[in-house]
Amino acid sequence: MSAVEVPLEKWTGKVHEVRLGGNGRKSVVIGGETTLPFLQFEGSVPNKPLIAIEVQDHEPKDWSPHLIAAWGDVLTDPGPWAKKAMEFGADIIALRLRSAHPEEGNTGADEAKKATDKVLSAVDIPVIVLGPEVAEKDNEVLVAASDVARGQRVALGNCLEKNHRAIAAACIADGHVAIAKSPIEINLAKQLNILLCDVGLSPDSILMDPTTGALGYGIEYSYSVMERLRVAALGGDAMTAMPMVCTVGEEAWRQKESKFTEGLPESWGDHEERAIIWEGVTASTLLNAGADIVVLRHPKNVAAVKTVIDKLMSA
Amino acid sequence: MALSGIEIYKFLPKTNCKECGFPTCLAFAMKLASKSVELTLCPYVSEESKEALEAASRPPIRLITIGSGDKKIEVGNELVMFRHEKTFYHPPGIVVRLKDSEPADALAKLVDEVANYSVERVGIQLSLDGFAIENDSKDGGNFAKCVELVKSKTDLPLILMSTDPSAMGQALEKVASSKPLIYAATKETCDGMVELAKKYECPLAVYEAGGLDELAGLVEKVTDAGVEDVVLDPGARDFGQSLSILTQIRRLALKKSFRPLGYPVITFPGEGATNLDEQALLAGQQVVKYSGIVVLDHFSPGMSYPLLTLSLNIYTDPQKPIQMAAGIYEIGSPRPESPLCVTTNFSLTYFSIAGELESSGFPSWLLVCDTEGLSVLTSWAAGKFDAEKIAKTVKEFNVAEKIRHSSVIIPGHVAVLRGELEEELPDWKIMVGPREAVDVGGFLKKNWTV
Repeated sequence: MSAVEVPLEKWTGKVHEVRLGGNGRKSVVIGGETTLPFLQFEGSVPNKPLIAIEVQDHEPKDWSPHLIAAWGDVLTDPGPWAKKAMEFGADIIALRLRSAHPEEGNTGADEAKKATDKVLSAVDIPVIVLGPEVAEKDNEVLVAASDVARGQRVALGNCLEKNHRAIAAACIADGHVAIAKSPIEINLAKQLNILLCDVGLSPDSILMDPTTGALGYGIEYSYSVMERLRVAALGGDAMTAMPMVCTVGEEAWRQKESKFTEGLPESWGDHEERAIIWEGVTASTLLNAGADIVVLRHPKNVAAVKTVIDKLMSA
Repeated sequence: MALSGIEIYKFLPKTNCKECGFPTCLAFAMKLASKSVELTLCPYVSEESKEALEAASRPPIRLITIGSGDKKIEVGNELVMFRHEKTFYHPPGIVVRLKDSEPADALAKLVDEVANYSVERVGIQLSLDGFAIENDSKDGGNFAKCVELVKSKTDLPLILMSTDPSAMGQALEKVASSKPLIYAATKETCDGMVELAKKYECPLAVYEAGGLDELAGLVEKVTDAGVEDVVLDPGARDFGQSLSILTQIRRLALKKSFRPLGYPVITFPGEGATNLDEQALLAGQQVVKYSGIVVLDHFSPGMSYPLLTLSLNIYTDPQKPIQMAAGIYEIGSPRPESPLCVTTNFSLTYFSIAGELESSGFPSWLLVCDTEGLSVLTSWAAGKFDAEKIAKTVKEFNVAEKIRHSSVIIPGHVAVLRGELEEELPDWKIMVGPREAVDVGGFLKKNWTV
């Protein structure tokens, strides 16, 4: 009988460990893996991947009715919303400053400060603050949020190549973490990490968002870019070794598979069932590619994906 | 793994006798490496070398066929751990488990539902791949009857599940010609199941949950007895076990050419999950991480559609991204006065802009030009997305007949095409849209008034 000797990978690299929270707020450590996702037979996963729940600073007008039903009244106010998200099991609250978008209110620094403060006061878990994804506005509102959250080590995103200096400066001044977002491309992701380090941000103050493609909408690109980034990181390339954040909920719930309830083919099945699985499968697939934080929207998936992570960790 | 010419040369006599028709052994070795000649041309190659060369040319994971006809499942023959290293070749068979203890009419209804299920995605029809029928009643006659019933309703491949070789024999008598997978040989049932697999020339699953050593030992026993087509069940059921054991099996096969585990794996996500949500997520994990056959314990369109989509996505060749067919696509339910946007046929480009239009609140017409799968900037730089191409596509798909205005929005990245396009399409108003898809909603809000 042949004896079975499983070939083990001898990785030399390690994913950076990034701490969020602290200073009175609960703190978490993200990253630190010395092995591919969950493969603890040949390396360690000292910190399990975490679930963030997305909260917005104004009532989302275009959300699926299933999300609206699941959250109810709290959608009008980020404070109670964040509190409820924590009760549903969120490890982190991801506050999206949606109202700062030029098309959705164009609010400024004051409103951003208020919303950030509401969330920080409502919960004692770590917080991510995301801008409206318009670079100039991101600078304005994230710098404001940074100021309000000084010392509480939140993560600020998105930091793009074109505005990385402003966000990095805020992170350095106020002790925060930058979320470096790049467009599904391994070299651009690495390049942005290098730029951030060049302006003085420490590698353990960077998370990266390699851009999430939802199931059916480019997930295979995200999946492979993330696998390549992680393989490079474990191979010893410190500039690809930042923990990864995926905005799963946002991507999954904007597709017609999740968003719309009428006029869809019968073969797509029950709307609520499909929509929830769409987000859940996107999350679990990207966790298997190396996601360290998945940002979700539906409370049911918080429980389901948490179970998946715990079961993957217990092997 | 395929050998190079130099590696093959080491096994040849190195006498340059020319009897094979080539001037030197090295030249012959090069031809062998390119698979353009057969080793039998060499009269002097030793038996040992022959065996070694044959073994080396065997795929590290054997291709296994379940079922017959054009709906058969073919799995295995994978060559990489990560899809970015090359590609994943054979998407897993996704099948639904039935139990022979269920009432016949309920089974018949479920079989029809599963067999008729079909869903379209990017122009491809996706469907489920077959049935696993479990001898839950523990009664051989009942099992055979149930298998026969299913067979009478569908041509899809079958997996027969029983712990009792005699029940298995009764079922095989009815359906062996359609080459079902026999599940499974265990330590206890090995001899009987091997006999059936050989008699009916059907693939055989081997179940052993006592570790990979034990599993490999049992597989060797089965293959030594003459069964070549094997499917593995290492008994890894939950999320963590499934991921680590299936990774180890794939590694052993690919990195060590470890024959006893060089076969596809069958998984049962329903057994590793405590509810339906978990079952869907575990099935998804197994589609991505190395399962050859995924046996679901539940059928619903709402669960099947995401899983089939995931399989399609992950098994897409990264070198040849899915291209959209050129044409005019309806995003939402556009009316004749709805906006008309132009883009390329790189699937990711299409999905980005289609997704943004979808959520913009503006039902739209999206005209996709054939740019050979390149994105906007790349295809423009390569000369495959120019004014002429856009104008030609506008005319080819009779776009003017669908809309009641004459404005066309081009991607901001190719704003430079505007002038030329105005010449190519003199009756049209050319509007330059935003550079990034994400800004199209805002752009329409500000600029679209018809």
